[in-house]
Amino acid sequence: MTAQQIRPGPLQDVTAEAGFAAHPPRMGFFTDTSVCIGCKACEVACKEWNLIPDDGFNLLGMSFDNTGQLGANSWRHVAFIEQQRPVRREPVDGTELRWLMASDVCKHCTHAGCLDVCPTGALFRTEFGTVVVQQDICNGCGYCVSACPFGVIERREEDGRAWKCTMCYDRLHDGLEPACAKACPTDSIQFGPLDELRERAADRVDQLRSSGVPEARLYGEDPGDGVGGDGAFFLLLDEPEVYGLPPDPVAPTRDLARIYGFAAAAAGALLAAAVSVFAGGRRR
Amino acid sequence: MSTQGGDWQMREPRSDEGARDIAARSGGWVRSGERRKAPRAGGADGSRELSMVPPADFTSYYGRPVLKPPAWKDDVAFYIFLGGLAAGSSLLGAGADLTGRPSLRRAGRLGALGSLALGASFLIRDLGRPERLINMLRVVKPTSPMNLGAWILTAFGPGVAVAAASELMPPRLRRTLAGRALAGLGRPAGLASAAIAPAVASYTAALISQTAVPAWHEAHPELPFIFTGSSAASAGGLGMLVATPADAGPARLLALYGALVELAASESVQRRLGLVAEAFTSGEAGANLQRARWLTIGGVLGGTLLGRRSRLAAVASGAALLAGGFYQRLGLFRAGVASTADPKYTIVPQRARLERRDTTPSA
Repeated sequence: MTAQQIRPGPLQDVTAEAGFAAHPPRMGFFTDTSVCIGCKACEVACKEWNLIPDDGFNLLGMSFDNTGQLGANSWRHVAFIEQQRPVRREPVDGTELRWLMASDVCKHCTHAGCLDVCPTGALFRTEFGTVVVQQDICNGCGYCVSACPFGVIERREEDGRAWKCTMCYDRLHDGLEPACAKACPTDSIQFGPLDELRERAADRVDQLRSSGVPEARLYGEDPGDGVGGDGAFFLLLDEPEVYGLPPDPVAPTRDLARIYGFAAAAAGALLAAAVSVFAGGRRR
Repeated sequence: MSTQGGDWQMREPRSDEGARDIAARSGGWVRSGERRKAPRAGGADGSRELSMVPPADFTSYYGRPVLKPPAWKDDVAFYIFLGGLAAGSSLLGAGADLTGRPSLRRAGRLGALGSLALGASFLIRDLGRPERLINMLRVVKPTSPMNLGAWILTAFGPGVAVAAASELMPPRLRRTLAGRALAGLGRPAGLASAAIAPAVASYTAALISQTAVPAWHEAHPELPFIFTGSSAASAGGLGMLVATPADAGPARLLALYGALVELAASESVQRRLGLVAEAFTSGEAGANLQRARWLTIGGVLGGTLLGRRSRLAAVASGAALLAGGFYQRLGLFRAGVASTADPKYTIVPQRARLERRDTTPSA
């Protein structure tokens, strides 16, 4: 646990920082939502491969989204947004319906709040630079749930432990790509070494902008952001909050030193107060 | 785990190989040039009344929260209150021991053990896998206030237990060798636990501050002072309630100091936090905190002015301070929970932060 780990901003080699001397490249997801067709094959493949229980059979009234959000039992979540947007197109100006579809997933942050606060060490950084819960260690304290700035990890109530995407750690071990990326029919979910994905994403965003989609932007690719960049980042076509993503997420550990400083000052004040109330000495 | 080391290779071709060549078009529209106005987090100067209505241009995904609600139940608030009470009581017990105030010493030592035991049971009950409690101690992890807290409690508990045991020992046992040894250990054990007590009272603030929960995180400068202040006030209340008025002088003074710090820090939270302050002033949390405030003010006034002369006033004031401490923690806890339920507490301040960054030229 070095000081660098709790400092925000870029981290060259998060895997080495976690103690792996020789390790594979940091692997990640690039989810290009501009080609997502909302088929939910990723959700299904994830559930099948990881043997995840159902999360209820609900009709949420949120377009075609009946999953709602990521959680203990949903490690991929496809968001559906219907937008009525103005268009200027010959021969008539008017409005048109636009669909936004996006497959959300755990961001496998460089500075992972969940991992930092886990009191048992159940959450750990794998040799692929991903963040995984060791289910034989987790005691269900629930701290990670509140430490995640994206609202990803959750306690499975009937089980008592915290669950989230593992980026198919078992498959990676066997040299296979994660189930969701394997199943994605449009390559909206791309898996690979993070460096390569970042280059590919930069090309893609340029391509989209130059072909008349000026609102294309990357989300979570910047190693300078509040979580040191995501291991799973996205190409979006609107503001992040439209998709249910926080616009400027920060790992709560960023303020660790300040938080401990204030706590120590308050503890010192309590001790001083206790000493002073007895300073009169023995009872007269 | 690292056996594969740097030699790791994919066994299959990636299904997205060559994805950079995809030239899928994602729509024929062109943006009509309108730019959404930047939402504002109101009341940054703290002076004006905050709007209950989120900015009109605040967007979210079907109004759903961005964050998960805490997995913790009210049990955690009960623990925070009881742990704080145990810490303050242990300090009072040790001080009373050193200055010859037997009834206050007894109140402090027994109060510390009772509230710690009850509090710990709430804490353990809130675990998803209580039988794995001991896993808290399989690592030492400074980035996790909960892990440090587990170590702090491990260091705090034995001293509290020994001091209380020496207090509870029947006179018949006191004459035996073991009895004399235990009685002799009472003071050092009490002092040892008192030395750790301030950390017990304040680590819980660091714990809930170090989360993405907007109300808890944004209040991180004040929370430890509210927590330790409230610990002092409730322990002082317990001292007034149980000890003789003649012995309880330090308890009354500690309650006064604690209440002043607690009230000032709470006021600062509500003035400083802008939009997020709404989580502390509205709903159930707001009602709890309002009640905490009046109970604390009433208790500290009654205890300071009348506690020495009137036993009845001391008991009533002590009870009010205890109730005030309880509602204080419950209210703060619920404010955090409420701030995860509404996406505005997450999105509006973050959006405002981005806008500020965009308008500030980078170096």
